[in-house]
Amino acid sequence: MQKIGVFVCWCGSNIAATVDVKAVANAMRSEPGVVYSTDYQYMCSENGQNLIKDAIRDYKLDGVVVCSCSPRMHEATFRKTALSAGLNPYMVEIANIREQCSWIHKDMEEGTQKAMVLARAAIAKVKKNAPLTAGTTPVTKRALVIGGGIAGIQTALDVADAGYEVDIVEKSPTIGGRMAQLDKTFPTLDCSACILTPKMVEANQHENIHLITYAELENVSGFVGNFTARIKKKARYVDETKCTGCGICTEKCPSRKGLNAFNMGLNTRGAVYIPFAQAIPNVAVIDTENCLHFKTGKCGICQKNCSAGAINFEQKEEILERKYGAIIVATGFRPIDASAFDEYAYTQSKDVVTSLELERLMNAAGPTGGVLLRPSDGEHPKEIVFIQCVGSRCSKDAAKGKEYCSKICCMYTAKHAMLIREKYPDTNVHVFYIDVRTPGKNFDEFYRRAAEQYGVDYIKGMVGKVSVEGKKLHVQGSDLISNEQVHIDADLVVLATAIEPDPTARSIGTMLTASMDTNDFFTEAHPKLRPVESPTAGIFLSGVCQGPKDIPETVAQAGAAASKVIGLLSKKELVGNPCVAHANELLCNGCSQCEKVCPYGAITYEDKEVRGPEFRGTKRIAVVNEAICQGCGACTVTCPSTAMDLKGFSNNQIMEEVDAICR
Amino acid sequence: MTYSYFPGCTLKNKAKDLDRYGRLSAAALGVELEEIEEWQCCGAVYPQASDEIATRLSSVRALNAAKEKGQPLLTLCSACHHVIKRVNHDLATNADIRTKVNNYLELDTPYQGETKVLHYLEMLRDEVGFDTLKKAVKNPMKGTKIAAYYGCLLLRPSGVMSFDDPENPSIIEDFIRAIGAEPVIYSQRNECCGGYMAMEDKGAAQDRVEKIHDSARKAGAELIITACPLCMYNLDVNGKENKLPVKYFTELLYRALGLEEAKDNV
Repeated sequence: MQKIGVFVCWCGSNIAATVDVKAVANAMRSEPGVVYSTDYQYMCSENGQNLIKDAIRDYKLDGVVVCSCSPRMHEATFRKTALSAGLNPYMVEIANIREQCSWIHKDMEEGTQKAMVLARAAIAKVKKNAPLTAGTTPVTKRALVIGGGIAGIQTALDVADAGYEVDIVEKSPTIGGRMAQLDKTFPTLDCSACILTPKMVEANQHENIHLITYAELENVSGFVGNFTARIKKKARYVDETKCTGCGICTEKCPSRKGLNAFNMGLNTRGAVYIPFAQAIPNVAVIDTENCLHFKTGKCGICQKNCSAGAINFEQKEEILERKYGAIIVATGFRPIDASAFDEYAYTQSKDVVTSLELERLMNAAGPTGGVLLRPSDGEHPKEIVFIQCVGSRCSKDAAKGKEYCSKICCMYTAKHAMLIREKYPDTNVHVFYIDVRTPGKNFDEFYRRAAEQYGVDYIKGMVGKVSVEGKKLHVQGSDLISNEQVHIDADLVVLATAIEPDPTARSIGTMLTASMDTNDFFTEAHPKLRPVESPTAGIFLSGVCQGPKDIPETVAQAGAAASKVIGLLSKKELVGNPCVAHANELLCNGCSQCEKVCPYGAITYEDKEVRGPEFRGTKRIAVVNEAICQGCGACTVTCPSTAMDLKGFSNNQIMEEVDAICR
Repeated sequence: MTYSYFPGCTLKNKAKDLDRYGRLSAAALGVELEEIEEWQCCGAVYPQASDEIATRLSSVRALNAAKEKGQPLLTLCSACHHVIKRVNHDLATNADIRTKVNNYLELDTPYQGETKVLHYLEMLRDEVGFDTLKKAVKNPMKGTKIAAYYGCLLLRPSGVMSFDDPENPSIIEDFIRAIGAEPVIYSQRNECCGGYMAMEDKGAAQDRVEKIHDSARKAGAELIITACPLCMYNLDVNGKENKLPVKYFTELLYRALGLEEAKDNV
C-alpha cells in the first residue's frame, strides 16, 4: 500500500476565504492510501516546505499531493522540496484549488466540495505516478539575434562581451533600425545617430559578433540549447568583400525612381544605393525593381564605374544553416499606416505627415538638410498642429486603430514641438492630446518645459477633421477645458501615429512557436517576474517586439535578455523534461500518424524485434527522441492503437483522475 | 438583374425627379426595378434606442417582401437606405431585436437579415459597373465640373453601411467620371448639411449650407449633385447668394444616357 501525504495550503486568505481548508485536510485523511494530511497558511514558505520534508521523512511518504495554486506557479518549488527530502520529484502532484477553485467561486460550501474533488483526483493520479529521471543535453554556445536595431545590437554586444559568439540577422541592408532614423532623443535632446552609430561600429568590429544583413530567417528547428536555423541571405548584387562603400555607383546610377525608405519615402534614391551615410555594413545594394539592368538588360553604369569590381549582377541568394543555443527576438516596430485615418487627410495632402516623417524632415541628413519645409511647396510652415494618439487608445469596437497606448508619442511630440519652437520662434505650435503621459526619469520636466518655457499650445481634446482648403489645412478640433470648438488654419499637420510590431514578427513567432498576443506583440513567460523570456524555452525577447518602449527601456530590456542568454549559454548541459512520450512496442504498428503531428520532429521509426503474447518477430515501431520531445501530447491523442503514452501524464493516470472526479 | 425597389414616401412627393430619372435610367441600363407592393414608410429616422421595436417594423416588412421574392432590395433615397440597411444589420446581428420583431410580425418564416440591401449607386458600381456605364453614355458631359455631395446618411456608421470610405469617399466621383464630367474634390463633401437642424435652428443649417456651397465653388464646381432628398431641399432652400445649382445624380445619369432626346424623338 502506498503512503500518500496531502498538504492543503491557505494561501493567506486567497484560498482559505472560499475553501474550508481544515475540512479538506480532514476529509482527505480518510482517503485510501493517505497516511498524513494537514493544512498550513503558506505551504510555499520555508516553514511550509519544512512541514512537507518532515512528513516525507517521518511517514516515509512515497507520494505527495499539494492542494495550492496553479502548478505553473509552484510545482517546481514543491518538486525541489520533495527531492531534498529524498523523494523523487515526479512523485509530487498539485491540486489547483486557487486559480481553478477559490478565485472563481464565491460560495464557501461549493468551493470546499470542489477542492475536495480536485484533491481526490490528484491523489488518484499520484498513486499511478512513477519516479522519473530527467536526461541532459549539451548547449551550443552561440546565440542568434533576430533584428539589428538598438535592441538587437545591445543584446548582441552584451552576450558577445561575455565571450559567446552571436549572429545578428537583419532583414534590411544595414543594422541600426528605427533609432537610426531619429533626429534627437528625449529627454536629453542628444543626437540619435551620435549615440547609436558608435554601437553599430562596435557590433561590426566585435570579434564575437557576426552580422548577417539583408537576410531573413527561413526556418528554425530544435529546442533550447540546440536550435538549428536556416537563414536566407538575399542577393545584394554587390560583393560585400569587395565593396569599399565609396558611393560612386550610387551617384552614377541613372534610375532615380526608388523611394528612399530611410527617409520614409520623402525623396528618391538610385537603384543602387547605400541606405544612409553611416550604414553598417557600408556596402551598396541593388534594388532590382528599379534597376535598368534588371529591367531592360542594358545600362550597367555602376559596374563600369566600380573600381573595386564589386558589382555582380549574377549574385545568387545564399542559404546558411547554423546551430544556436539561444534565440533572441528583437524584431522591433513600425508606425501604423496613417491612411486608415483619412479624417486627418493623410492621403489627401502632402503636408499631413507622420511623426517619423517629421523626424526625417528635421534631420540634417534628411531630404531637406534639416531645414523644416512643407513637403508640398518647400515653404516654411508658420502654423503647425500636432495630433496625438492617432490609432492609439482606440475603442475595442472601433473599425480601426489599436487599443493600447503606444507609450512613446507624448514624449516625442513634446520633443518635436520644443525643437521647432527653439529653431523657428516665429512658428506657432499646437498639440491636441487626450492625456499627456510622461512617466519616466526627467520626462514630466521635459514636457512642462515644452509647454511653459517654449510656449507650445497644448489643447486637451481631439481633432475631428482636417480639411484641405487651398494651401492651408483647416483643423477642426475641440478644447475640452474651455468647452469650445477650435479652428486652426495650419501649414503642416503632424500625426503621432501608433506603433505596431514589425509585420515579420508573426511568421517568426510561428517559426519559433513563441506565443504572441492579439496585437502580435510577443508574450513574456511571466508579465512581472519573467519579462524578457518567451514561454518557449530558449527564446528571449528584446525591445518593442514585446510591447511599446522608448530607447532607455529598450536598452535595459536588451541587457536583461542578454543576461538570461548568458545564464543559459554558461551551462554545461541542460536538464530536460522527463515527461516525454514513449511508444509501447507491443501495441505500436508503425502507422506513422504520430510522426506527422509531432511539431518538434522527435519521432522516427525503426524495425525492431518484438516478443509479445500476440506478436513475435520484427516490426516497424515508433521511437521518440527524448532530448527533442517537449511532452506536448499531440502524438498520444493521435495514436489509433493507444501505443503512445506520455510519462507523468499517462492515459492510465488521466483516467484515474476522471474516475476520482466522477466517483 | 431584377431588384425589389423601395422608393419611399419622399420620392412620391418632393423628390419625384430622383425617382423618375432613376427608373428610366435603370430600364435603359437593363436593370429591372420591381416596386415592392404596399410598401410603407421606412421609419424615417433610425431609432437610436435599442429597445425601440415599433419604428423598425416597417423596414422589416419591406426587407421580408424582398426576401420572399428572392431579390436584393434596392433603395434610392439616402434616408431610406440608411434606415433599412441599419435595421437589416440589427436583424442579422442583434438577437434581442430579432426575437422581438419576429414575435410581433409573426411572419411565415422569421426574418433574420437575409436580404441584401443596395443603394442605386452601389448597383451602378457593383452590378452594372462604371466601365459599362461609360460605354452606355451617349451625351458625355465633357468639361462640366461637378461637386459630389455625400452628406452623412450614406457613409456612416461606416461599419454597418459599408458603402465607401467615410473620410475620403469616391463612388460619386467615379460616377461623375463615368458620365464624362469632371469631379471636383472639396472638403465639405462628406460633412453634415444641417438638414436635421433646419426646423429647430435655421441659422445653424444655413451656416452649414453656406460652407458647403462655398467650399464647392472655391474648388471650381459648377454644379452639386446628391442622392439625398433632405440634403437637396436644404442645400437649395437654405442656400444664400453664393449657392450653386443642386441636382439629383439620377437626373444627370438620365441626360448622359441620352434619354431626353430619345423621348423627344418619339
